[in-house]
Order: sequence, then structure tokens, then C-alpha cells
Amino acid sequence: MNKLNIKQMLLDGILYKNPVLVQLLGLCSVLAVTTSVVNGFGMGAAATAVLVCSNLLISLLRKFIPKQVRIAAYIVIISGFVTMVELLIKAYLPALDKSLGVFIPLIVVNCMILARAEAFASKNKPLPSIIDGLTMGIGYTVALVAISFIREILGAGTLFGYNIMPKGFQPMLMAILPPGGFIILGSLIALMQKLMSLKGNKAATAKAEDTAIKTEIKAEEGNE
Amino acid sequence: MFTEILVLMLSAVLIENFIFSRFMGCCPFLGVSEKPDTALGMGCAVIFVMTLASAACNLVYNFILVPFNLEYLYTIAFILVIAALVQFIEMFLRKAVPSLYNALGIYLPLITTNCAVLGAVILNMQKYSDVAKGESLLFSVLFGFFAAVGFTLAIVIFAGVRARMVYSDPPKSFRGMPLALIAAGLIAMAFSGFSGTNLG
Repeated sequence: MNKLNIKQMLLDGILYKNPVLVQLLGLCSVLAVTTSVVNGFGMGAAATAVLVCSNLLISLLRKFIPKQVRIAAYIVIISGFVTMVELLIKAYLPALDKSLGVFIPLIVVNCMILARAEAFASKNKPLPSIIDGLTMGIGYTVALVAISFIREILGAGTLFGYNIMPKGFQPMLMAILPPGGFIILGSLIALMQKLMSLKGNKAATAKAEDTAIKTEIKAEEGNE
Repeated sequence: MFTEILVLMLSAVLIENFIFSRFMGCCPFLGVSEKPDTALGMGCAVIFVMTLASAACNLVYNFILVPFNLEYLYTIAFILVIAALVQFIEMFLRKAVPSLYNALGIYLPLITTNCAVLGAVILNMQKYSDVAKGESLLFSVLFGFFAAVGFTLAIVIFAGVRARMVYSDPPKSFRGMPLALIAAGLIAMAFSGFSGTNLG
């Protein structure tokens, strides 16, 4: 695995194939836990840990799991790791456990993890699978932090729990209530689509210019 | 008893609606809500599975996990029970009630990884772990049923809204999912009106 590929995978995970903002996977937990940056980051880190471990184990076992029962096998593997992460969070970060609540065990049914197991880990060697889990997990965490950043500043006027807005700021409570979650996530996905289409256009125009120059050169060569 | 059930019903269906205030089951909510008919089919399948899963998981928890001190394995146990139950329901319906199978069949496999079902079961476990076994079974089943009714209500309303959105002409980058999410946000705003209700 060379360096370029890792960079490409990282870019894919964070931007082009972001599990939340582009692939729209695992939206339940995204909407539910992004009321503060700490929660968003905690959830992202927990899901990343589960994703990396499950990708590794599924990749190691990919030749032993029969095709017919693979989904059930994946779910058992994933829920095992989720239980471990849950117990660890309960033991060392009780405050986070309280604020994430039922959404830690619900990582089991996060479509992103099952999707990576099915699409990547079941077909690739352990090391690329770990890197895939890591990059996708980072993309997921980045999306969660971005959404919770906006929601926490608008809805509570704080960041990491500290007051950062000027005194006259009236927090827009709606942003941390469920409706705000839906609307802010929708707007972010729209922004992402806009950026993608802009980049797509740029690439298209660049390609067009490139071919135009090439044809000019060819024409000149022909003239000579 | 009767008032308790009534309070449970109102809070599960409206005030703490599974989608609009708990965010559980968003994947099918956004995925199968293009048409009101399919949304209703999905909703009925969820009602069916969630009620049965609440009963099955309550029994497994009270009679297997607790006696053997295995409570910490609840995530694995519940997801396996749900997966097995869905498979079993699918086989049973195909043999016994083919008409119902034709209506619900395609939605059933999707329900295994629907976080609404696992979420309802876990909430039940947390809420009713201290009460007597018979009572906890009754309330778990009722909660599962009414929460699924709330899910169905939400997905059918949303499908109605989306059916109208087809005719709108939003900016290009808002087409598809962003607009659907914002519409869901507006419906959630209407539902948040219930959150002030005090049921004592």
C-alpha cells in the first residue's frame, strides 16, 4: 500500500465519499447526538473504534464466513465490539455515556459499519481494511463535528461548553432541538452537493481546455 | 392502569415520536417514503415486528439474561433475537398468510437493521427493568406497539409531503435528500408543539 493511496482514501473518506454528507449512511445517530461538539466527537470516536475493529476481524475471517450467513456473522461481530466500546465508555467516561445514552448500543445498526464490512472488508486484506475503517471513521467524525459545531454555536452560544458568543446573543434554541437537526443537516448536504458540482464543473472545463489545447497543438503540428 | 396506558400511548405516538424527537428509524424514514402506499406498507411491517420483538426481547432479558447474570450482553442478544424473529416472521407469513406476505414481504428484511426496533427494545429494557415481570412484559409490548404506530404516522405524513415536493422546483443543489431533510425538519417543528404537553 503506497502513500498516494492512503491520501486518496483519506480524501475519499472525508470529502468525496463522506459516509454522512455524500453517502447518507447512519443518519439516525448523526441527527441525535450532534447537539454539542463533545457529544459529536465522542460518538464519532466510538463508531470509528468499532468500525476499525470490525473491519479488521471481518477481513481476517473473510475466507471462513459462508456467503449465505455473512450478514448475520457481521452483525454478531459488530455487536461484540459495540458491547466492548459501550462498557469502556461506561467505565471511563460516564458523562459521555449519559449524554449519548441509547445511541451507543445503536451503533450496531449504524448502516455505515455494515456497509463498509460488506463493501470493503469482506473483499480486502486486513491492512487496507483497517485503513479503510480509519478513513471512513474520520470522515464520519468530521461530519459529526461539523454539524455539532454549527448546532452548538447557534443553539446554545457555546463551544466545548464554553460561552463564546457576545453578551447580547440570544441562543436559537431550535438549532439543538430535533427540527434544527434536520434542517441544518439538509443545508449541509446541499452545500456539499453545490461544492461537488462546482468542482465537477471546474474539472470538466479544465478537461475541455486541455483537449482544446491538444487539438490546437495537433493542428499546428499538422500545418508544419 | 387505564390512565397509565393512555399516557404511554400519547407520549409514544405524539410527544416522543420515534422519528421527530428521538431520531430512531431515520434510514427507512428517508429511504422508503417516496410514495404513501409503500410508506404505509413499511409502517405496518414495523408495527408487526416491533410489537413481537418487544415481547420476545423482554422474555429473553427476564428469563435468560438476568438469571445467568449476562445483562451486559444485551446488545448481542437483542439483535440476534430481532434478526431471528424477522426471518421467522418472513417464513411464517410466506407459508400461512401469502397475501400479507406479498404486501409486507419486501420490507421485512430491511427491518433487521432498523434502529427503531433495537432502540425500542433497549428503551424498554432500561425503563421496565425494575418492575414485576408480568407488568414489564405488558408495558414493553404496549410501548413497542405505540412507538411503531408513531413511526407509521410520521412516515405516512412525510410521504404525503414528499409526493407534493415532486412538483416543486428547488435550486439544483437542494434537489433530493437536502430538501427532504428540510421538509422533515418543518414537520418535526409541528411535532415539537406536542413536547410542551404535560401528562402529569
